[in-house]
Amino acid sequence: MIRQDFKTIADWVPVRAKVLDLGCGDGKLLKHLQDTKQAHAYGVELSDANVLACVQNGVNVIQRDLEAGLSEFANDSFDYVVLSQTLQAMHHTEAILREMLRVAHAGIVTFPNFGYWKNRLQVIRGHMPVSTDIPYQWYDTPNVHLCTMHDFEALCAKLDIRICERVVMTAGKRVHFMQNLAGSLAVYRFERN
Amino acid sequence: MSRITMQSASSTQNMVVAAQTAHFDTPLTLKSGAVLDSYDLVYETYGTLNADASNAILVCHALSGNHHVAGVYEASDKKPGWWDNMVGAGKPIDTDRFFVIGLNNLGGCHGSTGPKSINPATGHAYGAAFPLVTVEDWVASQARLADKLGIRQFAAIMGGSLGGMQVLHWSIAYPERVRHCLVIASAPKLTAQNIAFNDVARQAILTDPDFHGGDYYQHDTYPRRGLRLARMLGHITYLSDDVMGSKFGRILRQGGFNYGYDVDFEIESYLRYQGDKFADSFDANTYLLMTKALDYFDPTHTAPEAGLSAALAPAQAAFLVISFTTDWRFAPERSREIVKALLDNGQQVSYAEIVSKHGHDAFLMPDAHYHALVRAYMERVSG
Repeated sequence: MIRQDFKTIADWVPVRAKVLDLGCGDGKLLKHLQDTKQAHAYGVELSDANVLACVQNGVNVIQRDLEAGLSEFANDSFDYVVLSQTLQAMHHTEAILREMLRVAHAGIVTFPNFGYWKNRLQVIRGHMPVSTDIPYQWYDTPNVHLCTMHDFEALCAKLDIRICERVVMTAGKRVHFMQNLAGSLAVYRFERN
Repeated sequence: MSRITMQSASSTQNMVVAAQTAHFDTPLTLKSGAVLDSYDLVYETYGTLNADASNAILVCHALSGNHHVAGVYEASDKKPGWWDNMVGAGKPIDTDRFFVIGLNNLGGCHGSTGPKSINPATGHAYGAAFPLVTVEDWVASQARLADKLGIRQFAAIMGGSLGGMQVLHWSIAYPERVRHCLVIASAPKLTAQNIAFNDVARQAILTDPDFHGGDYYQHDTYPRRGLRLARMLGHITYLSDDVMGSKFGRILRQGGFNYGYDVDFEIESYLRYQGDKFADSFDANTYLLMTKALDYFDPTHTAPEAGLSAALAPAQAAFLVISFTTDWRFAPERSREIVKALLDNGQQVSYAEIVSKHGHDAFLMPDAHYHALVRAYMERVSG
């Protein structure tokens, strides 16, 4: 079973691209990109269990804390750097976006859209949202920087990042209208300006 | 010339193994320019070489290691080979699938030609006349052993510490002969601090009055005190401050101070015991030579400005690089230098930093996560 944002990412990544997946988890996206796009791919992951899972999945993984930057990776050494469902858990949000566009010309970010109407409804009802894409209680969450699509786009403008493409989904289906309200998961492709 | 026989170890709990000797008559020109006209290499094999000789794994040993990697010589032996927790039937390096080779490097003191071997030219032990051998020379001799065993290409070559340096050199010198490299608790070259430790160890041996310039065999003496000190120093650097603290702390041997220079603290007792044990079983000239091989190894030596990336550029193998958090002798940063160089070249590499309290010695310990990683990687090697 391929996660819903993976398919979009795979559509964007050209065949035989050099791809770096930050916070790559168990390496399923990397494996998918290797199998379907013959990607030359590496993952970066901190957790022991995930590093082991990556090795079991037959993908290259480098154990490292993303918060410390990407100093092992040279400028422009990749075609794409992916940060899927990890941005919201990063402390150094601006730093990692800058690092992404240092090591590659283009980046892909996916994150749960805090502006999704069901999230807003839970806040209006007086609670922090818990949903499929934000499946954590407020007291037990790795997420420290949740944002809406508007927020993310404003940050990109501030960092001089050009957004090239945007795909918004809810329960695996594409959303085309009122995306910041109707979409639970946002997937962005962007480049250095 | 002795005949090479493939001996397949049985897949039992206590794999009973036997050492073999390969004799080489083709002169080997060493990096120093010296030539060894002929030499022996002692080795052991575990598991069975498959029909197309594609399942062979070479294990390179570290400073004080040897060819006895796994198993026991007799069912009643209490102590198995030095990496028995890693290599064997059903173990991370599974000898039911792989044909594993361990050897004693040239200059060693466990059967391969070294300083205490008889020099055919003089009829005496080589002693000081034995040439300094380097990591590059070891790899060249290992390649000749592989030729004898009919192994064109290793499925994997692995080693920890100084063994990892041999693995690195294999990938550079014979890129087409190794598919996977496992470089564990190693470094691309020693730091000044590391060379400094080695030199103190060497000075302990060289200044021992029983050393006789390395020709102690003829004088019927042995620089035992020097080798003992060298090993004690080494041991301090192989352990972490943490593990020394938790294992020994300030525990007193007899509950109180003796107000003298005999053993007061447990740590003193431990180090003296380790020093004694080692001095009884190792050759001082080999210790000198192995530490020098460590110091000399530097893949960037001939082109320092081009850096490690350029040095590793010829490698075709995929790499698994592993370090341990409390290893300060071969710190994780040093492994990351290797990883960075491979990444610069776009080579296949995975890197894991294992949380351990055991310092440099961690690479020999049976840590569950560490072993699971190696086991998982070996799936890729065999697949």
